[in-house]
Amino acid sequence: MNNSLLVVVLASGVLYGTPLLYAALGELLAERSGVLNLGVEGMMLVGAVMGFWAVQRLHGPTAVVLAAGIATAALAGAAMAAIHAFLVVTLRANQIVSGLALTIFAGAAGLSSYLGNDLNLTGSPAKHQFQEIFPKSFQDLPVIGPIVFGQSILVYASWVCVVLVALYLTRTRTGLNVRAVGESPAAADAMGVNVTAHRYAHTLVGGAFAGIGGAAFSLSITPQWSDGLTGGAGWIAIALVIFAFWRPTLCLVGAYFFGAFTALPFALQTHGVDQAPELFQSLPYVATIVALVVVSSRAARLRFGAPGALGVPYVREER
Amino acid sequence: MRIERRLQQPWWLAVVVPLTSIAAAFLISAAILWLTGHPPLHSFHRLFDAAFIAPGALSETVVSATPLAFTGLAAAVAFRMNLFNIGGEGQLYAGAITGATIALLMAGAPSPLVIAGMIVAGAVGGALLAAIPAVLRAFLSTNEIITSLMLNYVVGLFLEYLIFSSHSYLRDSSGFQASVFPQGKMLPDEATWPSWTIHSLVLPLGFLLAIGLAILVWVLYARTRFGFEVRVIGDSARAGRYSGMRTRRKILAVMCLSGAIAGIGGASQDGDFRHQLDPRGLRQASYGYTGIVVAALARYNPLAVVPIALLLGGLQNAGFALQGADFPNGLVGVMQGLILFCALGGELFVRYRVRFERGPVKTTPVTAP
Repeated sequence: MNNSLLVVVLASGVLYGTPLLYAALGELLAERSGVLNLGVEGMMLVGAVMGFWAVQRLHGPTAVVLAAGIATAALAGAAMAAIHAFLVVTLRANQIVSGLALTIFAGAAGLSSYLGNDLNLTGSPAKHQFQEIFPKSFQDLPVIGPIVFGQSILVYASWVCVVLVALYLTRTRTGLNVRAVGESPAAADAMGVNVTAHRYAHTLVGGAFAGIGGAAFSLSITPQWSDGLTGGAGWIAIALVIFAFWRPTLCLVGAYFFGAFTALPFALQTHGVDQAPELFQSLPYVATIVALVVVSSRAARLRFGAPGALGVPYVREER
Repeated sequence: MRIERRLQQPWWLAVVVPLTSIAAAFLISAAILWLTGHPPLHSFHRLFDAAFIAPGALSETVVSATPLAFTGLAAAVAFRMNLFNIGGEGQLYAGAITGATIALLMAGAPSPLVIAGMIVAGAVGGALLAAIPAVLRAFLSTNEIITSLMLNYVVGLFLEYLIFSSHSYLRDSSGFQASVFPQGKMLPDEATWPSWTIHSLVLPLGFLLAIGLAILVWVLYARTRFGFEVRVIGDSARAGRYSGMRTRRKILAVMCLSGAIAGIGGASQDGDFRHQLDPRGLRQASYGYTGIVVAALARYNPLAVVPIALLLGGLQNAGFALQGADFPNGLVGVMQGLILFCALGGELFVRYRVRFERGPVKTTPVTAP
């Protein structure tokens, strides 16, 4: 039963969806504060390579080393996001161009590849990697065994993050301020909220989440480093945020939906069905376009739409 | 420190700031190289040698620059109107698909006809794909950034499907090797675009076409009513609408123009360089995204797009040429990114004036321009 197509696809959907979920949560935080960061792919790759580097070079018990790896990945992602934040918040640069520049700077043919090469990381498997944490008897439970209990700590931690981010945005004072900054920075500024500080903080945290998402590839899914390891996951994460109408909980559903479609062709192949993988893989993108069209109507946009000031630099003197 | 908007931009800033930005990017790259234990001067020397100086290097740079000129122009056309078409990538694929299809269909016809057919087909393919986000934006006000980005993936996957997972017309199905290593059908000889050699510099038709298009677009934007309206809408959509400009039509026209230019870039890949539909090569090169960098560095000025494409194409070409040797991997991407970061930062000094002063703010009297 646990080998049936549906269970396999759902279980690997959770596995492949986890990096997407982390990256999308980060992007969601940045976008909720009004900063569109198209550099997710670059931040994920730098996170992946630096997290992997930390795990290869540090000595100690597996749990400590992996925690240090994740921390390094988060820092590296935040450092990349800091470049974007400085350019778009302080220097008021175009957010789209700056984000694309970040992807080129840090991406598969940029800094991540440079670092991977310079630190000699290519080719060897990770010395430590994330393992399933529940005992075998749990993992053998029908249906929920592989899907719920057959996962690593990264997956469970991502669920905690979803809940925390959702509560933060809707139930705390700072969360309310962030949403105000994203919807109407001028109003937030008049209320005494520091727009610049909020945008910096959330872009940086967003970068840290993207870095962790990248490390999920290099320390859990692939457990090794190669150039362009994330294979476009950063772009999917950006789509995911829109697909989820800027809601953390819907990000979770969307991430596993996208993850399942990535896994579906492989699962089908092992079940003897030879279908063109490209057609399945393109479904999430088409679904995103459809979802976006649906929420474009005026009424829906007010209820579910993008933060009002997304992508617009805030200049106090020019209100 | 105060940052205030310039009322008048001195003319020399538009020259000095980009040059300073590029110099700053090279300085930062040098610092990165030095910190990681590579001698910067040596690396730069090899880079310039492989990009511009070595025999044949400049011709190779033109090859790398041609698609970037097309996608850069495509991005510049749309971005000037604040239409963020980042679908140049997918529109280039679409043009490559339609261009290759026409080339195969017209096999046997006179060469100039085939080439003209490919250019038209490429333009139509790119424009049709760009029409999807354009219609959604114009009539349903759906954000064109995301729809055009998503279509890049859809078309990219479709491109791979055509060659790797189907028995399409474009796939080479002759012989044993073609069934093991799927690849696109070779295009007929009539579909090979001509090139001209000046001294030892090879100029392919596509590159000359890109220069011609750049001049056309410049004339269109700087000298016609259409271009004036596009620029007004770009600077202030409301002002355009209130003065009775047809905003929706402009969105459709500009997006389709942008897509058509990127599509011709795809056809030029078929006819000038690859001579078959090559999904892997096209997807790895990511011409569309780099084209946006080109457009941004050119400050959306069509005439500046071609020289900037040559600069970035030179870097890319050097990256290919030096790969694997003692040349640091990934340096090219780092430098392209840094050049763009510095240009973006420099933009602030063009648009704003930074003053260092303390105490009460003195406002300068505004004189009528």
